[in-house]
Amino acid sequence: MQFFFEVLIGGLLSGVLYALVALGFVLIYKASGVFNFAQGAMVFFAALTFVGFLEVLPGWTGMEDGGRAVFWLAFLLTLAAMVLLAIATEKFVLRPLVNQPPITLFMATIGLTFLVEGIAQGIWGANVRGLNLGIADVPIEYMMDNFNILISSFDVFAAAVAAVLVAALALFFQYTRIGRALRAVADDHQAALSIGIPLRHIWVIVWAVAGFVALVAGMIWGARNGVQFALTFTALKALPVLILGGFTSVPGAIVGGLIIGASEKLAEVYVGPFVGGGIESWFPYILALGFLLVRPEGLFGEKHIDRV
Amino acid sequence: MLYREAGQFKASYEEDQQIFPILQDRIGVMLLIGFFAIAVPLFADQYWLKAILIPVLIFSLAAIGLNILTGYAGQLSLGSAAFMAVGAFGAYNFMLRIDGMPFLVAILLGGLCAALVGVMFGLPSLRIKGFYLAVATLAAQFFIVWALVKIEWFSNYSSSGVITAQEIEILGFAFDGPQSKYLLTLFVVVVMALLAKNMVRSTTGRSWMAVRDMDVAAEVIGIRLMRTKLTAFAVSSFYCGVAGALYAYTYIGTVEPEGFNLDLSFKILFMIIIGGVGSIMGSFLGAAFIVLLPIALDVFVPMFLGDLVSSSFVSNLQLIVFGGLIVFFLIVEPHGLARLWQIGKEKLRLWPFPH
Repeated sequence: MQFFFEVLIGGLLSGVLYALVALGFVLIYKASGVFNFAQGAMVFFAALTFVGFLEVLPGWTGMEDGGRAVFWLAFLLTLAAMVLLAIATEKFVLRPLVNQPPITLFMATIGLTFLVEGIAQGIWGANVRGLNLGIADVPIEYMMDNFNILISSFDVFAAAVAAVLVAALALFFQYTRIGRALRAVADDHQAALSIGIPLRHIWVIVWAVAGFVALVAGMIWGARNGVQFALTFTALKALPVLILGGFTSVPGAIVGGLIIGASEKLAEVYVGPFVGGGIESWFPYILALGFLLVRPEGLFGEKHIDRV
Repeated sequence: MLYREAGQFKASYEEDQQIFPILQDRIGVMLLIGFFAIAVPLFADQYWLKAILIPVLIFSLAAIGLNILTGYAGQLSLGSAAFMAVGAFGAYNFMLRIDGMPFLVAILLGGLCAALVGVMFGLPSLRIKGFYLAVATLAAQFFIVWALVKIEWFSNYSSSGVITAQEIEILGFAFDGPQSKYLLTLFVVVVMALLAKNMVRSTTGRSWMAVRDMDVAAEVIGIRLMRTKLTAFAVSSFYCGVAGALYAYTYIGTVEPEGFNLDLSFKILFMIIIGGVGSIMGSFLGAAFIVLLPIALDVFVPMFLGDLVSSSFVSNLQLIVFGGLIVFFLIVEPHGLARLWQIGKEKLRLWPFPH
C-alpha cells in the first residue's frame, strides 16, 4: 500500500508539471481561440534562455556566479525575452492571419514551434544543461518517518509553485482591469472590440503571460530533468491533459494534469509489466480518447452546440 | 494562345465526365508522365533517383492520403506516419509468411491493414471534432509505434523491431536497381493518384467535402456521417499504408517502427499545407518542396556562407527556415502551391492578351 501511495503521489506531482504546460495552452486558447502548439517550444526556449543567461551574466556584469542577483537578473531578462517573443508572434504571425480558420492558425503555430526551437538552439547551443534552483531534491524526513512514504521536497516545492501560480492567475483574471478585458475577449472577440478593448494588446498580454507560465514550467522541468530538447515533448503530454480537462478551463488543466500524471504512473507500474512496459508513451492519449467518447468536450469544457 | 479551351465542345457524357476535360491538360499530363517514366530513368543519375525522386513520389502518395482525410473530409490527423508504419509492416508480413506472395498484392494488402487500423482510430471522429480529434489521432501515432516495437511477431522477432524488406520480384523480373525501383514506385503512385483524382469528384468525394464544410448541414441533407467519415479514414489510411510499404521496399530497405515517428507525421502535414489543402496536385508539389528544401539548404548554405558556419548551425537554420516558410506560406498563400499553379493556369488562359 505504501508503494501504491508513493507511485500515486509521484504521479500527481509530475501531473502538476503537465498542468503547468497545459495552463499556457488554455490561456492562449481562451483569449484568442488559437490552439498554440508552440507552447512546448516556448517552455524549451524559456528554460534554455534562462540557463544561458545564468551562464553568461557573471562574465558580463562581474556578479558573483550562482548568486541571488544573477538569478533574478536572468529571470527578468528571460521574462523580457518572452515578452519580446509574444510581441513578435502577435505582429508577424497572428495579425496577418486574423480571420483565418482556426486550423490555419494551428498550423502556423506548428511553424512557430520549429522557428522558436531553431532560434533557441541557434543562440544557446544544443547541449544538455543542468539547472540548479537551490532547492534540495531529497526525501522529506517527516513523511519518511511517520508514513514511510518517499516524497521529494523538490516535488512538493514544484507543486507549491504551481498552486501559487494558478492562484495568482485566477486573481489576475478576476480582479484586474486587464483580466476583465481578457475574459471579455475570450467570451466574444467582436463584442470586446466593439466596446473598445484593444484586441492586439490583449493578445500580446496573453502570449506574454503564457510565456511567463512557460518560463516557470521550464525552470521546474529543467531543474528536474536538465534543460534539453526533450522538454519540447512535455508539450505533447500536455495535450491529453487539455482534452481531458477541456480547452477553455483553467481548473480543467489542473485536474486533467493530476489525473493524467497519476494514471500514467499507476498504469506503468501496475499494467506495464504485463504488456512489456513503455506504455507511458501512449496511455494518456488512449485514456483521454476513451474519456472523450463519453464527454466530447472534456471535463470542464464548454458544451458546444452546432447550428446550421 | 496555347492554353485555350474555346472550341472544345463536349458532345457526350463521357467527354463531359473525363478526369481532364481540357485537351491541353490531357496532353500536359501525358507529357509529364512520359517525361518521368521515360526521360528521367534514362538520364537521371543514381543519387537523384534514390535520394530525391523516389522519396518525393512516396511522400506525394502519403500526402494524397492525408489530403483526402484533412483536405477533403476536414478531419485533422497527426497520425499519418503510424498508418504508413502499418502498411510497411503489413506488407512485410504478407511477403514473409505467405509463399509466392506477389509484391503488388502484398503492398495492397498492407494498405488494407492500414485502412482497417485507420477505421478503428477513426471511430472517435463520430463523437469528437476539430482539435480534440487531432489530439485523439496522436493516440494512434504513439500506440501503433509502441505496438510494432513491443509485439515482436510483427517484425519476425528481430531486435527492436527492425525489418529488412525482401527483394522485389514481379513475374520473374527482379526490381533491384534504382531505375527499376523508381519505375515501380512511379507506376503505383500515378495509378493511385489518378484514382484519387477520380474519387474526389465522385459521390464519395463530394460527400467528404460536404462533411468538411459543415457536418451538421451535410447530415441534414441526407449524407450519412458515419459512413462518410469512416470511408475517409479508410481511404486515407489505405493511401498512407501503401506509401509506407513503398517507403520500406523501394526507398529505405531497412525500417524500424521508430522511423515512423511524429516528426514524419508533421512532415506530411507540412507537405499538404505548403502544397495546398484539398488538392491532389498540391500533394505532389508539397512533397517535392519538403523533400528538396533540406537538401537545398545543405548544399547552398555552406556554398554562400562557406566555412563560417558549423553543421549544427545549418541544422538549426533548417528548423528556422522550415518554420519561417510555413508561417510565411500560411500568411501569403493559405491555399498553398496548388493555388499558385491555378493562378498560373488562369493567367496562361489569357496570355498574351491582357483581358
